Amino acid sequence: MKYVDEFRDPELINRAAEQIRRLADPNRHYRLMEVCGGHTHAIYRFGLKDILPENIELIHGPGCPVCVLPMGRIDDALAVAQDPDVIFAAFGDMMRVPGTHGSPLEHKARGMDVRIVYSPTDAIKLAKMNPAKHVMFFAIGFETTAPSTALTLKRAKAEGIHNFSVFCNHVTIIPAIRAILDSPDMRLDGFIGPGHVSTVIGCRPYEWIAKNEHKPIVVCGFEPLDLLQSIVMLLKQLQNDEAKVENQYKRVVPWEGNRAALKAMAETFQLRPYFEWRGLGFISQSALRIRDEYAEWDSEQRFHVPGIRVTDPKAAQCGEVLKGVLKPSQCKLFGKECTPENPVGALMVSSEGSCAAYFNYEHRKANLVASIGVSV
Amino acid sequence: MSSATKIGVSAPKIRFREPQIEMAHGAGGKASRRLVEGLFAPLFFGASAEPLSDAAQLKINGARLAVTTDSFVVKPLVFPGGSIGELAINGTVNDLAVSGAKPQAIVVTFILEAGLRTDVLQAEIEAMAKAAQEAGVRIAGGDTKVVEHGKADSMYITTTGLGAPLPGVEINPQSVCPGDKILLSGPIGDHGITILLARGELDMEGDLRSDTRCVFPMVNAVVEAAGPGIRWMRDPTRGGVATSLNELARDCGLGVVLFEDSVPIHDAVRGACELLGLDPLHIANEGQFLAVVAPELADAALKALKQTPGGDEARIIGEIREQPVGSVLVTTLYGGSRIIDMLVGDPLPRIC
Repeated sequence: MKYVDEFRDPELINRAAEQIRRLADPNRHYRLMEVCGGHTHAIYRFGLKDILPENIELIHGPGCPVCVLPMGRIDDALAVAQDPDVIFAAFGDMMRVPGTHGSPLEHKARGMDVRIVYSPTDAIKLAKMNPAKHVMFFAIGFETTAPSTALTLKRAKAEGIHNFSVFCNHVTIIPAIRAILDSPDMRLDGFIGPGHVSTVIGCRPYEWIAKNEHKPIVVCGFEPLDLLQSIVMLLKQLQNDEAKVENQYKRVVPWEGNRAALKAMAETFQLRPYFEWRGLGFISQSALRIRDEYAEWDSEQRFHVPGIRVTDPKAAQCGEVLKGVLKPSQCKLFGKECTPENPVGALMVSSEGSCAAYFNYEHRKANLVASIGVSV
Repeated sequence: MSSATKIGVSAPKIRFREPQIEMAHGAGGKASRRLVEGLFAPLFFGASAEPLSDAAQLKINGARLAVTTDSFVVKPLVFPGGSIGELAINGTVNDLAVSGAKPQAIVVTFILEAGLRTDVLQAEIEAMAKAAQEAGVRIAGGDTKVVEHGKADSMYITTTGLGAPLPGVEINPQSVCPGDKILLSGPIGDHGITILLARGELDMEGDLRSDTRCVFPMVNAVVEAAGPGIRWMRDPTRGGVATSLNELARDCGLGVVLFEDSVPIHDAVRGACELLGLDPLHIANEGQFLAVVAPELADAALKALKQTPGGDEARIIGEIREQPVGSVLVTTLYGGSRIIDMLVGDPLPRIC
């Protein structure tokens, strides 16, 4: 498969791994954060930790949109969807995320009209096919998915589709990285920068990380070779005591981003003064709301939204894990009360959540190694 | 009651504690297994539950018989490469085949929704008759129920199949040994991805057909080439290859090691899985089977399989090892590895 097989070539991967071993100073411990949940997933899926030297520690960042969504937002949307005339439409990975009274899938089993869609335009199609109902699309994601929601809003307005609205939970990546860097218990050496988000926002918004915080950041693709090459680039910068923004994912990410996408976002969204992030608390100017010109298609303006706030279960340490302060397995609930089948926190739900990835791919392997005393 | 009578009469232990049935309980993965092992098995079989297999082995008046039953609720009714009727026959025939039995007869029940068009029903009956003829099974009887419009989705089919155990084959996960090889009959994921695309909910098109077919000729070829060496067989339907192999690992108490790069997958399936964030190892198949074969007979089994029509893409995809006990480890060419679990719930595409 073009653009996939080349980046999974064992020979190239072994060569990159060898280069990493040569570059890594054995007397130094490297803490690199992969911001994006897609990277976390890929690191586990391809077993990359097995081929990295032990003194390179990968810290999982906050870039999993499902994981950072506070439970109250799900409760709010499900409260609106209690109306039998409302169809709740969302992406597949929202479906198992627990609300206070169960996930969207559990609500579906109890009779709520819940549909999985694969893009927001599918939700428009759904609205056209069900003219007597109102389709509420539960929009979620960073700048990766926000442009498609923006275009959908524009289309709904242009075509005059009145039985459709968006419950907008879009968030922006830069304030989250800033919150992590501001966290006093966080010591990082560099960032593996988001790939998909950067296709939209480009590389320029990361420059302050290099300039003000003196941390290197490399925008990175999602194949094993992408990740290893990015680690090589970070190690080279660290070796030379440099801090630059570099773009490893040039085949997809233009330095300036995607102007058309940014324009569509600017026309339909504006920054919220503040927004609550699960585990990170309220972060100012970190999320998008729908502009008043599109109020008719904004679920929050169109329906009575209760504004539910739910504190995370006390014992769950999602926040610390999300910030990379704790490893998933260091949370008190990990693998006990909280498993992929019965998730307490959202990090255990999405395949990009660090807890689910760690549980599925690493935790059981680690247990096996511990129980049998040999490497498998 | 004397204490003596209590010994050996243990009350069935119901372990299923979930308050309601969810879609996941029918998806063939972990939740399905919890339901069957935690509620059905204790109440139906008591404490004597054996490892669950694709077909039950009965002995009636000295004659051995394999029995299996299955229901089909697929939507859409017709998809590239097959339809619900054809699937109902082949799915049942395949369960018998991988139990080491020659399919003989099928009885069938239809649950029809009032308002179903006759031509739609007729097309499915024709598809069933054709599939039965091709598989060499007799449709021996049936039943029809009609429910109110809106109480079922067009049509559901339930089939029960009877088969004659093939001589010289003993399917038993307990007989699996370290060193045994794992054979796969062909590329995975075609059926699951075809159905996902045929539902028309994705703005994606692919040149894909369901792999639904009768696997008995291929099973038979393996049996003839390596009969005494066959330890275990399974058709990896819902939950995919990963779920079947996890069941094997649990039932045999050994480790299953899968060489990821040996697993045949069509490019269209790989592409769709990459885009949707699904693992092809969790995607359903309808025309493939897995076999665990003793190492000294594995090459003969593979050769026989490859020479049978439809078996040319068969491969050895892994082997049994002592570790990791009860789990499936997937290894990559460059030395990485991961544990792959059964499917949890339905496969849900991720967003970014």
